[in-house]
Amino acid sequence: MSAAIRFESVSKRYRLGEVGTGTLSHDLHRFVARLLGRPDPFALVGTLNDREVADGFGDGSRDDLPSDNAGDNARDETTGKRSVGSRAKRQNDYVWALKDIDFEVPRGEILGIIGRNGAGKSTLLKLLSKITAPTSGRIKTKGRVASLLEVGTGFQPELTGRENIYLNGALLGMRRHEIRSRLDEIIDFSGCAKYIDTPVKRYSSGMTVRLGFAVAAHLDCEILVVDEVLAVGDAEFQNRCIGRMREVSAGGGKTVLFVSHNMGSVRSLCRQGVVLDRGEVVTMAPISDAIRDYFDLNAGAETGAHWHGTVDPTSAFAVEHVSVVGQGQPSYAATDQSNVISPDEAFQITIQYTVGKPLPPMRVGFQILSGEGPVVVEAYDSDAPDCRGPRSPGRYCSTCTIPGHLLSPGWYYLTLNAGIPHVENLFNKAGVVKFRIHESELDRAQRTRRSGVLQPCFQWETKPS
Amino acid sequence: MAIETESDLGSEDWDEILEPNAAVFNLRLREVWLYRDLLYLFTYRDIVSFYKQTILGPLWFFIQPIFTTLVYVLVFGKIAKLSSDGIPQILFYMSGVVLWNYFSECFNKTATVFRDNAALFGKVYFPRLLIPLSIVTSNLIRFAIQFGLFLALLVYFVAIGEVSPNAWALLLPLSVFVMATLGLAFGMLFSALTTKYRDLIFLLQFGVQLLMYATPVIYPMSQIPAGISGVLAWNPLAPVFELTRLGFLGSGTVSIGGLVYAATFAVVAFLVSTVIFNRVERTFMDSV
Repeated sequence: MSAAIRFESVSKRYRLGEVGTGTLSHDLHRFVARLLGRPDPFALVGTLNDREVADGFGDGSRDDLPSDNAGDNARDETTGKRSVGSRAKRQNDYVWALKDIDFEVPRGEILGIIGRNGAGKSTLLKLLSKITAPTSGRIKTKGRVASLLEVGTGFQPELTGRENIYLNGALLGMRRHEIRSRLDEIIDFSGCAKYIDTPVKRYSSGMTVRLGFAVAAHLDCEILVVDEVLAVGDAEFQNRCIGRMREVSAGGGKTVLFVSHNMGSVRSLCRQGVVLDRGEVVTMAPISDAIRDYFDLNAGAETGAHWHGTVDPTSAFAVEHVSVVGQGQPSYAATDQSNVISPDEAFQITIQYTVGKPLPPMRVGFQILSGEGPVVVEAYDSDAPDCRGPRSPGRYCSTCTIPGHLLSPGWYYLTLNAGIPHVENLFNKAGVVKFRIHESELDRAQRTRRSGVLQPCFQWETKPS
Repeated sequence: MAIETESDLGSEDWDEILEPNAAVFNLRLREVWLYRDLLYLFTYRDIVSFYKQTILGPLWFFIQPIFTTLVYVLVFGKIAKLSSDGIPQILFYMSGVVLWNYFSECFNKTATVFRDNAALFGKVYFPRLLIPLSIVTSNLIRFAIQFGLFLALLVYFVAIGEVSPNAWALLLPLSVFVMATLGLAFGMLFSALTTKYRDLIFLLQFGVQLLMYATPVIYPMSQIPAGISGVLAWNPLAPVFELTRLGFLGSGTVSIGGLVYAATFAVVAFLVSTVIFNRVERTFMDSV
């Protein structure tokens, strides 16, 4: 198997702060340095892309950073401004969205690229799609690259669906006769046959997306690059897209690079995964390992069965301690790790917290997220009828017992949440605790892996009839 | 981090290598040729979306030059009493307006190409040069329609014997070529520079207007005092306007040297600005 794409120490630097101020002076500095035969004076500065440290905002504010919102480049540069706010950071006006990326993608591979917001995923795709050039390093590709960073790029609202298929196809590098020969297929796949001669401005957003993907899915290319585009469209269409990508890779020997935050679709589509974090490759491994690493990154590497919070005596609410502990007898001596739980074993999630001032009726609870993506359950202490009144100051301990024979084997992560419903969010932290449900003896004996996040032991009755 | 597959480095033949700095003098015209269908579709899009949902539709192509010409006749002809070299004023000004419209549309639209298409450029790659080219071609169609109007008017004046076209008129394609190339070249140069230095947009706004007064649009070259005409001769647009007037209206100051100068200037400017444009295009998404 030969390589279809190779990244050779690829880096990409972005400038922070307001563009337009200081660029002329920077350009002059560069020019003088070049005259004197010195290296680019700004190549040395720049930090890794660590936004949390720089901007000090919570989870929400990370969403609008350079590499991620592929759409708004104009805003990229200005949002960066926030992180320049502190004077200590002032000289680091440049940030490395990608730093020394080195990997190779074999032909026919479906590679998932995962990472948190701002990890550099979209920047990577942009470089590969030639939208912007790398700051250093080289990307080598074999065959035509078609990239789908947004569905329906360049759609002209005044033109009809049919005309837009031609326009969009040509934008993606297809010749008109190629499009003509596939027109029926494309219209069929989009499911917009009835409206194909209606201007696109009358389409629903779902139809626009379907039409856009239909064009891209029928591209004649060797390398297909797909960014988070499947987030739009209904479940049925998403499945069709994933099916189509798999088809394209298996049948046509095409190489697919797929970026998504939806671990479910990444897992079902990709064989290999690359985990990016702060512009660097953390893992390149089979997809299940990659997804596990990704979750570990989110949770913090040292995350285990226990988590200790910092208690601020003045705050209205603080979490002291969270733990996941298996109950009763494990069916076999699994391991000495405390966060490994047998599948038939009940376990308890205990949340210890302090309330600093009288609070209206509130609730404390958690979500259990499967390592494979979806949220499995969400539960709150207020589920119990006697726990719905106002809360007076003091220390509390909430324990939730989760029965055995419920979760299927695998890694799980706990997101902690406390709040006054519809009023205020007191505490929210993802991946505070992680634990693993061990494979059951039955599964091990039968060497099977059942599908599904839940694996309850239902009642079965089989008798001759 | 890299997974080591077989490392037959020497034998691998890559189709494309993306690097920080591409070769400077690669105009990448071959790539443009590969995407020629897109040029057609862009042009089609520009023309169609121009008059979609307007009541008068393509009639708007005529309305603008007619009204501008009438105002010029009134202001420059009747009030300021500028000479029109013995040519009927309405023909004189209309030829100037139609030609100038073509050049300034090419220039203005091309100059803001990166800004106007940032959303598109940020999402998909195609040779960026196609957008300026599509501006020039869709405006060429507009120009053809408006020039048709001028010709219709000309036929009337020829019939009543006021003007007599001559063989110089056959050089019209040269005039169009020089205007298109210059519009494209100046526009691309501006668009490349404005991605970083927005100030130039303000320069552009009055610059095009001032350039019109430095070009024989509302006056004939023959009326220029000797001292100033030497300076105006540097304007590569001047020979083009004079050539068209000489050919169709029978009066103009044209020299072969001036035409050669204009054509050479246009081609050189186009090559230089294409190089700059292609350079900026590679990273403009980071600074627009």
